[in-house]
Amino acid sequence: MSDLRHLLDDVPVVATAGTDLLADSIEQQGARVVRSDWRPPVPGTEAALAKLAADGRNPAANQTAIERMLAVRPQLVDVRVARDAFADMTDRTFFHAGPPLTWERASGPMRGAIIGAMIYEGMATDPEDAAAKAERGEIELSPCHHHGAVGPMAGVTSPSMPVAVVDDAAGNGVAYSTLNEGLGKVLRYGAFASETIDRLRWMDSVLGPVLRAVLLRRGPIDLQALIAQALQMGDDGHNRNRAVTSLFLREIGPALIDGADAPVDERSGVFQFIDGNDHFMLNLVMAAGKLGSDAASGVPASSLVTVMARNGTDFGVRLSGTGDQWFTAPAPPVDGLYLGSFSEEDASPDIGDSTITETVGLGGLAMAAAPAIVGFVGGTAAGAVRRTLAMYEITLAEHPAYQIPMLEFRGTPVGIDAARVVRTGVRPQINTGIAGAVPGTGMVGAGLVEAPMECFAQGIRSLAASLG
Amino acid sequence: MIARVEIHPGRYHDSVRLMQASKAVQNVDGVGDALVAMGTELNLGLLADMGFDMEGVADAGPNDLLVALRAENEATIAAAHRALDEALSHKVVPSGGLDAPTPKTAGAAAAASDANVVLLSVPGEHAFVEAMEALESGRHVMIFSDNVPLDQEVILKRYGIDHDLLVMGPDCGTAIVDGVGLGFANAVLPGSVSMVGASGTGIQEMCALLDDAGIGVRHALGTGSRDLSEPVGAASTLQALAALENDPASDLIVLISKPPAAEVAEKVRRAAEACTKPVVITFMGETTLEDGAGAVLSELGRPPTEYGAWVAPPRDHRPGTVRGLFSGGTLASEARFVAAPLLGEIGATEDDAGHAFIDYGDDEYTQGRAHPMIDQTVRLERLAAAGHDESVGVILMDVVLGYGANADPSAELAPLVGQAIDAGAAVVVSLCGTRGDPQGRDAQAEALNRAGASVYLSNAAAAMAAARLGSEGRLA
Repeated sequence: MSDLRHLLDDVPVVATAGTDLLADSIEQQGARVVRSDWRPPVPGTEAALAKLAADGRNPAANQTAIERMLAVRPQLVDVRVARDAFADMTDRTFFHAGPPLTWERASGPMRGAIIGAMIYEGMATDPEDAAAKAERGEIELSPCHHHGAVGPMAGVTSPSMPVAVVDDAAGNGVAYSTLNEGLGKVLRYGAFASETIDRLRWMDSVLGPVLRAVLLRRGPIDLQALIAQALQMGDDGHNRNRAVTSLFLREIGPALIDGADAPVDERSGVFQFIDGNDHFMLNLVMAAGKLGSDAASGVPASSLVTVMARNGTDFGVRLSGTGDQWFTAPAPPVDGLYLGSFSEEDASPDIGDSTITETVGLGGLAMAAAPAIVGFVGGTAAGAVRRTLAMYEITLAEHPAYQIPMLEFRGTPVGIDAARVVRTGVRPQINTGIAGAVPGTGMVGAGLVEAPMECFAQGIRSLAASLG
Repeated sequence: MIARVEIHPGRYHDSVRLMQASKAVQNVDGVGDALVAMGTELNLGLLADMGFDMEGVADAGPNDLLVALRAENEATIAAAHRALDEALSHKVVPSGGLDAPTPKTAGAAAAASDANVVLLSVPGEHAFVEAMEALESGRHVMIFSDNVPLDQEVILKRYGIDHDLLVMGPDCGTAIVDGVGLGFANAVLPGSVSMVGASGTGIQEMCALLDDAGIGVRHALGTGSRDLSEPVGAASTLQALAALENDPASDLIVLISKPPAAEVAEKVRRAAEACTKPVVITFMGETTLEDGAGAVLSELGRPPTEYGAWVAPPRDHRPGTVRGLFSGGTLASEARFVAAPLLGEIGATEDDAGHAFIDYGDDEYTQGRAHPMIDQTVRLERLAAAGHDESVGVILMDVVLGYGANADPSAELAPLVGQAIDAGAAVVVSLCGTRGDPQGRDAQAEALNRAGASVYLSNAAAAMAAARLGSEGRLA
């Protein structure tokens, strides 16, 4: 017999959405009310949200998708050369960040990085030559995300580059990323100076092989364990990676010292390079994220965001339930702090696959863990905490491994639900670097950006249409 | 006069708050017209109708706040803005520390707390998604909103039945759970009578009559106005009935509905007969709420009672039709049912010549406004007009008290009642309230009675009194 779950046994506790008057009158009677700050969904998503709710599969589908995302145990197992790692990579293939892109529509830093990579690969003698060849269609552009890979900023990955291989300890999938070049005149920010090219050559001739030998000697490195520790040491996993890079050096230290089949000056060079680059681990954190993202994709009716990525022209989003479809909107400008005499006028719109960190509960979503970079949020630690707290409203779970000391070790908000984004109007918070708009400039600053609402609105409409 | 139209993108407020804000702005000295509303198609139309310049407003959407006003000078406009900001300033104090922000949906608010009921008064087109979320997180839901599509109601109630969750509504104005009123509800005495009702004001009137007889109420579970329609099939009514049958503290069940679909009525009757507890069925159109209350008294072994009445001394009134100005749809239709034998045909719209009992709580009159139980503006206008209308002999109106209703309805009504009576009309009031209501039932009755109205606690008695006055007037 029905008892309506004891509804009739006691005074009700009422959660409200809508007019305050009704909440007031319940309180007037001495009963408890929990209010919400409700607002209508993003215009144009009403019908899709209603269809999703009526269909009924969404909650269970999201549960499945987030469980898959959280089940992966990413570990760094190898460093390989891109052309060997990617079966479909030809000598004229260049992977790039974000959704699909043509040379014609490419932004300054993206063009700069492609030019740099063409010079590095020996396909062009100088920037003008590279640009002319790119314009004639002598290269083939393809998003990293289409190949199980991710790349920060321009994300340009060319055949000779060393790539990190991250797989799931449980055997479900593999993901790749380039190795991080450091800051300054670097390819990913669109630089193509001779120092940029020289560094890339050193990375493929020394850094890649040494790291590979280290990994062969010591075995895989548990990335999730490193990231989890680093969050408790002030990293967010996107814009601050100082702690996690330090932990990485400790992990590889013994094998690096033991020899790793390389001369001592090379091993010393590798140590100094990683030690001098606080962002070395960013790319590996990203590959770990990509592994979770891929694991969560392809669950019908799920509105979980599996990818957020920008190519400097477009911001693209993918949802678990809509598979490989991209939902794009113009990449927004970044609200940030600038290096030296650079200003907003020098900045390129948002760029990079590094937003994969936000899709797996790091970066802007874990801002509360990183008081060292609160300058981006107006300089207060409380502001950073508020940003993280706001993200729980649009996420499906709290990360079981990634915890925030400031929040009594609460798990980071993880698993962005596009349906909740369009319903609440709360957009995912992203921490990011800023590239110079003019090709060859490099990094000009870092700051905050919010993902464009239009991507999520399109995604929800498309998901609703997929329900049949 | 200066005309000013502004758009504030992304500044959302609910319609009731905006109504209050519009009023606050209009009350500023020197302000002529004022409209503070979200940029819905309807409100943009309203703005155009008010003769404001639409240039620059064309792109406004439903998430953008429109502020339009005419004022004597810039100082007045500044004063109007101050009044607006004050009216719209949010009660929720932004957290300065580590507290979580206010949840954005009721489902999230419920999930983060021990709330067991979610009360929704969002615009009807958005209610389904919110209600589904509440149900999926294991919460009962009361949907105060109307204009929710019927197929969505069916889906919600099916889900509710499958998961032992009660869906009250859509269009559920009133509920009482363990003595606590949700929506429009009256302060009741503790008791062992419980109700299931597809009509908010039906429940309120029953509460008022039982209260007058000294009988308390434990639960009143609203089901929404369409629950006894064929497509919904009394889903919530049957669920609520079963739960009350199992509630050890409920001794008697009262079932209230507007006339249901025939097959559904049969199903409900069979379920009522299967109960071990006495069930008093009040299908309006077959019987009145006063008769229903009488049946409750009789089941409880109490003698019949005379319900409260504050009758004005007899005096002549001008001949003419009876005009009913109602805020409760159920009260309006019951009044028609009671008065029809004496008055003959009674219309339901303002276009009807002759007797007409109009429900100003109907969508047609509430677009862009709060319900007339909260915001009396429309009824005040119509009361003043009826007072001046020589063809109207008798004015009948309901006044609903309780939580959620206007804080002091007689303060605005009494002067107009006095004017109507001075102009020669008779005024009869159906007062729906309990002695514990925050407005003070007897003080409200006395204020209206002092102004010359005859006031009855029983809506049927008020309708009968008005019909008698009206038919005498016609005979004279």
